[in-house]
Amino acid sequence: MHGGVSSVSAMALVTRTDRRPSLVSLAWRSTVGKKAVMAVSGLIMLLYLVGHLVGNLNMFFGPDEMNGYAHWLRTIGEPFLKHSWFVWIVRFGLVAVVVAHGVSAYQLSRRDIRARPVKYAHQRQRASYATRTMRWGGVILALFIVWHLLDLTTHTVNPRGEAGHPYENVLATFSTWYGNVIYIVAMLAVGLHIRHGFWSAAQTLGANRPGRDRILKGTANGLALVLTAGFLSIPIGVMTGVVS
Amino acid sequence: MNLHLRVWRQQGPDADGAMAAYDVSGISPDMSFLEMLDTLNEELAGRGEEPVAFDHDCREGICGACGMVINGQAHGPERTTACQLHMRHFADGDTIDVEPWRAAAFPVVKDLVVDRSAFDRIIGSGGYVSVPTGSAPEAHATPVPKAAADTAFENAECIGCGACVAACPNGSAMLFTSAKVVHLNSLPQGAPEREERVLSMVGQMDAEGFGGCTNTGECATACPKGIPLPSIAAMNREYLRAVRKGR
Repeated sequence: MHGGVSSVSAMALVTRTDRRPSLVSLAWRSTVGKKAVMAVSGLIMLLYLVGHLVGNLNMFFGPDEMNGYAHWLRTIGEPFLKHSWFVWIVRFGLVAVVVAHGVSAYQLSRRDIRARPVKYAHQRQRASYATRTMRWGGVILALFIVWHLLDLTTHTVNPRGEAGHPYENVLATFSTWYGNVIYIVAMLAVGLHIRHGFWSAAQTLGANRPGRDRILKGTANGLALVLTAGFLSIPIGVMTGVVS
Repeated sequence: MNLHLRVWRQQGPDADGAMAAYDVSGISPDMSFLEMLDTLNEELAGRGEEPVAFDHDCREGICGACGMVINGQAHGPERTTACQLHMRHFADGDTIDVEPWRAAAFPVVKDLVVDRSAFDRIIGSGGYVSVPTGSAPEAHATPVPKAAADTAFENAECIGCGACVAACPNGSAMLFTSAKVVHLNSLPQGAPEREERVLSMVGQMDAEGFGGCTNTGECATACPKGIPLPSIAAMNREYLRAVRKGR
């Protein structure tokens, strides 16, 4: 090492009498802990996306199937839960997870930018496209979520917007050019985000090991591809008339 | 070989710096990058100009003293230290940009010299085992599984040069810290302080103002000693384990 060690605190030889703040708050304040929050919240959102995709592929089976599926979602847990409670629990959970993901991303990014105050004069391409676009991709996805909720949950911007008829509402969205453009851009962004994010989450949670790196990267690519292609199949189905 | 250099010149820690252009001639392809800078410095000294300050020591690639960003890459285009980088990897007439490590935690001292004592403080916070030292212990007194010994050796190769920090877009010291944590936490001798070590070293790393890890992998690509990226995953595992255990 360079020069002498300035202050060696004898860590095990001294009996610690003071109680430190709780480890959870220590972890939240550390970069490693905050990344773990990002990883877990990201994986929960990924799990939700898989369920969201499988359910929404009901679009290909006609209005009765799709609308019936949407209705069934609201009956989950009955009679233990009342009507729509399940949907609301998921919604609150997702909001909490999105906020946790966004807040940690914002705080970590601020820190990362501060840690490199002077840029290199000789710039060169670094890392993969998916890796470099995580921050802006995340912002795009956050904006898309707002649009998506205004469109198909609150029906504020939906051209048709009839509650209980998601099949017809989705058709209406994908019958407009802007509805298609926004959705396709967002789905490409989500694919890129998952491509880096899934592997990154595994690394952050310590699941990666020397022999497992390729499997994890392959899984990330597979998940990204399946989810992007799956979600894109719906507007493409509408555009091509397969879904009408 | 004749080369055009653009070198970061900065009088002192608080002075403003800028890239300065120099032409050097008569460079042998067998010279190391540092010998090429020595040649430039002799010329500068001969003209009565201030030589370019840079860190160096063993010039064998094992001490970690040298380090500069060459054409945007830490230690230059080859996976080695700047002292072991030979001029044959450049072409006659090339323009080469030479800059110091850039990180908030590594302030520039002068020209290409940066203050890396933040690394020393990370080591001081837990990069050791607390054992009474005396004569060398009997080799078989503490059995070490082969796999653990291999992991420890691989990570112990870190020379603390700081290329990982320089290469990381976030100026993060995760690869350095993880090499030290994984090295000691893999061994039975390091086991008693396993949790305390990872918590302290990550805490010190954050306190020094290094950025966080975004898993770009730039650090492991730049590392002259080949510390693997999964070492960061291993440190994350150790950290989360320590938090779960509540120590």
